[in-house]
Amino acid sequence: MLEVVRWHFDPETGCPFWLEQASRLGWGPREEVRGFDDLKRFPPFEDEWLRGGPVRRWVPRAYRDDPVYVFETGGTTGVPKSRISIHDFRTDYELFSDTLPEEHFPRGASWLMLGPSGPRRLRLAVEHLCQHRGGICFSVDLDPRWVIKLIKKGWMDQLEAYKAHVIEQAVALLEGGHKVRCMFTTPKLLEALALALEARGSSIRRAGITGIFSGGTEFTPQWTRFATEELLDGATMTPTYGNTLMGLAASRAVTAEDGYTIAYYAPQPRAVIEVVDFDDPSKVVPYGQSGRVRLTTLTKEFFVPGFLERDEGEREPPCELYPWDGISGVRPFREISASTTVGVY
Amino acid sequence: MLDIPIIRWGEPYESLEVDTVVHFATGEPLARVSQANTGLLARDIRKAPWARSKLLEVPCDELAARLKAAADLYLNATLPLGSGRQSPDDFARQQSATTGLPEHLCRANMQKNHLVLSRMDAILDALTRGLDLRILTRGYGVESRGVTVSYQAQADALGMVLPSNSPGVHTLWLPVIPLQVALVLKPGPQEPWTPYRMAAAFAEAGIPREAISIYPGGAEMGAQVVGACDRCLIFGGTATVERYRGNPRIQVHGPGFSKVLLGDDVVDDWERYVDLMATSVAANSGRGCINCSGIWASRHTREISEALAAKIGPVEPRPPEDPSSQLAAFTVPGAAQGIWRQICAGLEEPGVEHATARYGPRLVAKERCAYLRPTIVHCDSPSKALANTEYMFPFASVVRCPQAEMLDRIGSTLVATAITDDGTFQRRLVAARHIDRLNLGAIPTVQLDWFQPHEGSIVDLLFRARAFQAPEEKLAG
Repeated sequence: MLEVVRWHFDPETGCPFWLEQASRLGWGPREEVRGFDDLKRFPPFEDEWLRGGPVRRWVPRAYRDDPVYVFETGGTTGVPKSRISIHDFRTDYELFSDTLPEEHFPRGASWLMLGPSGPRRLRLAVEHLCQHRGGICFSVDLDPRWVIKLIKKGWMDQLEAYKAHVIEQAVALLEGGHKVRCMFTTPKLLEALALALEARGSSIRRAGITGIFSGGTEFTPQWTRFATEELLDGATMTPTYGNTLMGLAASRAVTAEDGYTIAYYAPQPRAVIEVVDFDDPSKVVPYGQSGRVRLTTLTKEFFVPGFLERDEGEREPPCELYPWDGISGVRPFREISASTTVGVY
Repeated sequence: MLDIPIIRWGEPYESLEVDTVVHFATGEPLARVSQANTGLLARDIRKAPWARSKLLEVPCDELAARLKAAADLYLNATLPLGSGRQSPDDFARQQSATTGLPEHLCRANMQKNHLVLSRMDAILDALTRGLDLRILTRGYGVESRGVTVSYQAQADALGMVLPSNSPGVHTLWLPVIPLQVALVLKPGPQEPWTPYRMAAAFAEAGIPREAISIYPGGAEMGAQVVGACDRCLIFGGTATVERYRGNPRIQVHGPGFSKVLLGDDVVDDWERYVDLMATSVAANSGRGCINCSGIWASRHTREISEALAAKIGPVEPRPPEDPSSQLAAFTVPGAAQGIWRQICAGLEEPGVEHATARYGPRLVAKERCAYLRPTIVHCDSPSKALANTEYMFPFASVVRCPQAEMLDRIGSTLVATAITDDGTFQRRLVAARHIDRLNLGAIPTVQLDWFQPHEGSIVDLLFRARAFQAPEEKLAG
């Protein structure tokens, strides 16, 4: 952690944004950050800083000659928030790859990436995950910005038509003889795909899928149970929680005995999730209590200290696989949930 | 505490997500209601033809007869409800506790539902204009007058997105089962009680359990019902009405903007109609779309507003178990305060007067809920913002408007009680397409005739009359 902080505030390696911020802090992060708690001395990270350009201000000087990707989040209206990436998305997904059971996600298998691509990280990341495991990845795109517009305008017929258009492509690929075994998709699309296959006398499992990697705040215990009992036909599904800023948090094993509780663990030390008091974000809540997600990202490409996410959940204790704090029951933060359109794709 | 499951074509299903419904005044938890994810219905709707087939095995007249038995069970029996059982008194208390409606009004609504169920054969006869119901089952047949007719069901299941605020609306969907169409119900979050009790009474009376599904949930579940069912009956505000206007799949029930119109020929005798107006405004705590929210006349409007204010203005909130309680509580935090702010803004407009002001504050805020006492305003012209407004409590505007302009200014009106003997005015009223139910004479807006359609016929929504030809020997049935 100390190495990453020094990296971002070293004029030889850091990015223009943080070097400029450092000049206003009145204290020296390189010298004065000695532990994780010292990161609280930074002012709250504002995601509005990510909106608009020039995006180069986020590129660490050490990487100025490397090919740089930019990934966007939001953007249904106005200027989207963007984050640069050089290797992070590959590293995040290679680490995540280690959590996937070989039995359900066999190496060398073809994958289907059924979800938002375009300016998002997902397409490249999932494709890399698949390639990292020796497979070839097929893609079907869905534009979430258009979906959100359709919902806001109340054009539900068009929404259904667009969903059907996406699912038709997925079914065609699954029936195309490519021996696709693994898939990334979102809960809504998985539901639609399973129903479409069932209507054709098939199923997710009979179409050849053995493992599904999925994500989203609509990933509730009830939905997971429903998918397990009624959609997957024996295929396995691993929920994840992630976003452009953090990377990917894997979940511990989800079981019926545990009430399908989904607990996510951030990929420490690259990113840290804390569940903090709604009124006092400097305080971590006790285990089992609800609070807002505070994210800290600590990679050499991107530094985010103490960003208050638009999500909340319950603090989970460490487990054998992930000996650090986790979070369960992730859902939109209560103060903005009414104005947020989630679970649309 | 009761655990209330989702019902999937008669089968209970306990969700991992529950919504705890609480007593509006005490906060006491009353029931944990399983919340459905939308995918459940997306899968289940494919079994709607099977659900309907269970009803088709029982003749319509037999189903109607079983509903008569269900009527008594609903009104008098202790019936299963989720993890427990529910007596009629429990029902009235629970419904009152979550909707804010006084208990005696809940009991009155039970009587309404009982009446509709127990008169179902006659109601169906009226709604189908005397059609032999076997023709609906078979899809075609020959009427008694010798004419070949065919009615094709447009849905295997009718989807319903029900409100929380007005228990009276349940009478609208009760005829669906004997028409051999299955039901997909999404209860209002504060009023799960009626759909479950009705389903329990139906089952005890021998209606096939497989014909009814109940999916409690949030707004996304309502959208799923609308998207999944070929025919839907939904309740909502003006925005919802506008959104689905003209959609033949969906019958929308929104604000009524119901009115009493006094003709120039009777307005000088306005005092004769004060009781009728007060009943129309304040019955059932003013919650229904058939409650009057506007009283229009060309003169004496200030006196009318003052007389009405004197009659209903003094009404005060009372405990829900008090048999004299006339006001329902607003149980959603901030709702009453928001409405009152809107009214106060409207009262600022020149030409608008608050006739009930002298009877004390209208907004009564309690620890966990709030009440709005009956409110009468006087508008000196239809152009005032409050002249055509509807709120979910006894609220009415008395609007001064020349009779000649009245029909052009009243806007969409669910129930118009027009008191006039002026033949010309009567003919214009009969022809006015923006009036749904017309009461020609001194009939309170809240008085329903169960033998007539309400805001569109349920039979017309569910069945399409079409041409049908076959050799004569095949028509006999």
